[in-house]
Formats: sequence, C-alpha cells, structure tokens
Amino acid sequence: MASFELICPAGTLAALRVAVDAGADAVYVGFRDETNARNFPGLNFSRAELKQGVEYAHRQGRQLFVAINTYPAAGNPGPWHRAVDDAAVNGADAVIMADLGLLDYAARRHPGLRLHLSVQASAANPEAIGLYRQAFGVRRVVLPRVLTIADIARLTREVDVETEVFVFGGMCPMAEGRCSLSSYATGRSPNRNGVCSPASHVRYETRGTQLVSRLGNFTINTFAEDEPAGYPTLCKGRFHAYGATSYLFEEPSSLNAMHLLPDLKAAGVKALKIEGRQRGKAYIAEVVATCRRGLDLFDRNLPFDPAALDRVAEGGRDTTGAYGKAWR
Amino acid sequence: MTDTKCARTSLTLGPVLFNWAPEVWRDFYFRMADEAPVDSFVIGEVVCSKRAPFLAEHVPAVVERLQAAGRQVVLASPILVTLERERDAVRDLVATADDILADGFLIEANDIGCLAQLAGRPHWIGPFVNTYNEASLAWMAGRGAVSVSLPGELSAGAIAVLAAAAAPLGVDLEVQVFGRLPLAISARCYHARAHNLHKDNCRFVCGVDVDGLDVTTVDGEAFLAINGTQTLSSSYVALVAEVGDMQAMGVNRLRLSPHSCDMVAVTKLFRAIADGVIEATEARSRLARISHGIAFSNGFYHDREGVMDTLR
Repeated sequence: MASFELICPAGTLAALRVAVDAGADAVYVGFRDETNARNFPGLNFSRAELKQGVEYAHRQGRQLFVAINTYPAAGNPGPWHRAVDDAAVNGADAVIMADLGLLDYAARRHPGLRLHLSVQASAANPEAIGLYRQAFGVRRVVLPRVLTIADIARLTREVDVETEVFVFGGMCPMAEGRCSLSSYATGRSPNRNGVCSPASHVRYETRGTQLVSRLGNFTINTFAEDEPAGYPTLCKGRFHAYGATSYLFEEPSSLNAMHLLPDLKAAGVKALKIEGRQRGKAYIAEVVATCRRGLDLFDRNLPFDPAALDRVAEGGRDTTGAYGKAWR
Repeated sequence: MTDTKCARTSLTLGPVLFNWAPEVWRDFYFRMADEAPVDSFVIGEVVCSKRAPFLAEHVPAVVERLQAAGRQVVLASPILVTLERERDAVRDLVATADDILADGFLIEANDIGCLAQLAGRPHWIGPFVNTYNEASLAWMAGRGAVSVSLPGELSAGAIAVLAAAAAPLGVDLEVQVFGRLPLAISARCYHARAHNLHKDNCRFVCGVDVDGLDVTTVDGEAFLAINGTQTLSSSYVALVAEVGDMQAMGVNRLRLSPHSCDMVAVTKLFRAIADGVIEATEARSRLARISHGIAFSNGFYHDREGVMDTLR
C-alpha cells in the first residue's frame, strides 16, 4: 500500500484531467465564485464541469474534493450553502471547509458527506482539531504551515483524524485564514473574497532602470535590470525595518518537502498536498508527475532527487518552510 | 442613537499586545484601574509564549487592583498555540477560570483550541477567532459565548448583520475602535529576523519597540508594524464618527487596544464619544494629538482597503 495519498490542485477541467493522468490520488477544485480561496478570473469550475470532473476522476479510481474554504459573508450564506449542496449532489468525495457555521450546516444537511478541515481554519493543536472532529465529524485536517515536523508528529499521534500537509507549491509565512495583510492594502482578502494580493490591484512601473511592483498604493518590491521580477504577493515583498531592507516576512520561494518523506511518514501523515489551483496545466502536469514519481520511488526504497522540482519552484528557489525549526 | 438602544455602551481595553517591561505593564494597569473609565479589561500575553512568564508574577496584583476598582477582568488566551508548553498554558488558564468563575472571571478565547475547552460555560470570543457570519456567531453562542469581539476586516454592513443576530442570542458584540490593527500571526518571529537572530535566541529584542517596529516600503512609506510573531497595521484604527452608527446597529462594546500614548486620555475620550457628549471632528483631532499625529485608518469599516482613512 502506498505511503501517502497525493492531493493535487486543478483550476480547470483540463488541469484536472492532466492531474489525474499524471498520478493524483485526489484532485481538489473550487466553484467559480467567492466560496473558495482561489477565486481568480477565468479559473474554477461550473456545476456541469464539476460533474464531468467527478466522472473523470472516478472512472480512474481517483477522488475529487471541493474546496469551499472562504468564510461566508454575513447576511449572504446562500452561495456557500449552494456550493456545499452542489458538491454533495454531484458526487464529490469530500468538501474542504474552514468556517464553523458552514461546517455546522454541512454536517446537519449532508450527514453522509465527508468533511475535511481546510488549512484556512489554521487548526494548529489537538484541542482545536478535536473540536472540529467532535462537533462536525471532520475526518481529515489540512495542517497549517506553521508547524515543524516534530509538531506534526505529536499532533497526528494525538488526534483521531487523518492529517494532510503541504508538500509543494506556494507557502504562506502567516497562519492561514488569520491574515488580513492583503485586505489592508487592497480591500480584498483570502477569508472574505478568496484572493490574496489580487492581480486586479497589481501594477508594474519603471523607475529609471528599475522595475517596481506595486500592490494597491504600496511598493512591494523593486528589481534591478538583470533581476527577474516576481509577482508582488504582499508577504514576499522587500520591506524596510530596523535599518535594513530585506525580505522581512518570506523570500519568494516555493515549499518543497519532498526530501522529508521519511519524516512525514514517521509522523503518521496520511496525505500530501500540492498547492496551486491557479497554475496552468503544463505546470500541474510536471509537478504532479514529479511528485508521483518521488512517492513511488520512496515506496520502493529507491532514491529520488527533490531538486527535480527546482525548475518549477517560485524564483527557482525552494524552502522547507516551517517544517524545519530553523525557519522560525 | 435610537431609544431602543439606550443601554450604555461598554468600553473594553484589549490586552497589551507589545512586550512591555513587566513593571511598566503592571503600573499601566494600576493607573488604568484608578483613572480610566474602562468597564472590562482583557489581560494576558497573547502574542508570544516566551514573554508570558515575565508578566505572570504581576498578574495577581493587577487582577486584584482592577477588581478592587470594580472592573471586570477577562483573561485572554494566546492567539497561536502549537507547542506543548503553550497547550499547557491554555489548560492552566481554563483551570484557573474554573476555580474563580464564581468571582466573575471569564476567559476570552483567541484560538479554537481554547474555545473547545470552554464549551458549556460563559466565555468571550476574541478578535483572533474568525467570526465572519451569523451562523458562526449562533454556533458559538450555543456553546456559551456571551461576548464576541469581531475580526478587524469586517465592514459596517457585516457588523450590522452580526449585531442584529447577536442581540436575540444575548451576546454582546464588540468592535475595535482604537489602535494598531492586528493583521497576521506566524510561527516565525519577525523581530528576531529583523535583528538577524533566531527565535529560540531572540534576546527579547521586541521589548524595545513599545508600539511595534515600524515596517516601511522601500520608498519609505509607513505600512506595517511587527511585534514578534505578529504583524499589525502601521496606522491606528480610529472609529470615531462611526460610533453612533455602531450603537444604532446594536454594537455594545468598543475595544481600545493599548499603546504607549496616554491611554487614560484615550479611554476618557472614547467614553465621551460613546456618551455622545463630544462632536466627532473635535474628538478626532483630540485623538490625533494624544496619539502624536500617527496616521489613522477606518477603511475596513467603510468596506475599503483597511489602510484607508475616509476622512483624510
């Protein structure tokens, strides 16, 4: 039996097919609205596409999860309730949620529906996870990226739900679902709108030989002529504090935990997740196939070079993030 | 303000978020107990568990002084709980409240793990728990929440819906009206990082920045402030002209977040604002003087960028 389930992102039906073909055990998607945390223009699934996606995954013995992981707006729960109902009706294998009220709704209305706790709930200790288990019957928790491997191992031992952790892709240095940096600068937040540092608020300007990236009214980074310009995600910008300019919060880099597979297995982690529903299908194909190969080699005790993923890492750099204690 | 909302609006002083010297922290509360028109004090170290032991020895005296002055004391739980010692601290906090519940001690839960341990008894929900909608509010009320402090990024429209939902549940609703707005929490310590130190050997460098360490853009524009593992707005939230509207909605607590400026003056000013005895423009210019001209913001309330000040 395989050591881990590989959970892969898809923002389109084409990406879903590619992910399934490349070896995803499950694909996670969102509806085309503010009910999910990758609410980007031109991305995500209609109800009909979800149905097709479920059929495609199930035909090959894979699963499909639906992320409904933003926080429903006060006075307007309709879109979130419909998302849960439609995920259930169309045969999703699990829904991934964060909001207490929405979890309550799903648990009452769809007692047979498998519930996963989104990373956006930032459940970082056994007491928190136990509550979601006891109150709503949550079966799996996606752990926030603030935990070390040792934390994850301890926590997985103590809870009676499966744990899923991020293995590759973009990473937040902040506890997910507890961050209003984006909305402070742009008025649009991950929790309410399903976007962080949205493209609608990004501008690039030239100043002499420099390229300047702006988010809302703030300069997030400046790049010399020969420096590759990155996307101005707020927490991966260069700022000035205590007399120095630096990547104060986090360097623009991707999480890559593929060389930690033995530790993650020993920790009892059930599933590994790839971030990136906003990514194109070529990227999805390469990352999923590479991670699949890595997991298969690991199961056969054969060597795998995690650097195989460097080509697709943000800024060509990767990090093990909070998994290593030194990150703190 | 309408006649139906005649109940007096309460003032809450949130926990000191910054790493103040223990004696300064103690003396701050002693003075507030004597002079500030604050109804409820939420106290405790919520940002960093490494700081907590330094305050611990002064907590009993502070609690005693505040209670002797007839104020409600609420003990705040930490925002981010991952380590064993942090879990132990929350368990101890809950046990403490068990012992002295009869004396009117409540806990403000700032993470779901603490909330889990408070089920079935009265407690407060802090602004670090995500209360975005009436379904979550009702669920929390059903488990014993009696007061909910809302996340800072909610707009007037959302606050109005939540206030309408809170009243029939018997839940008090609170909004932060003064001070830097907490925007994020991390396992990583940015103060240590800015000083090229590791979190485990941080030398408590956060202690020198009593209102947080200013973070500017590379253009030198004020933007954020860091406080150990926490990131806050550079601007101070200042909801002044908005207080009357909030009272009409049914918001019945106003939260002030402590800073190094004259907090007695700040609390007296907000008492006057809540009582409708000072005009908003005058109140705001007084507030600007007290807080040394720092930029204000009210954008989130007006459904705009949080940093925005609609009055500037």
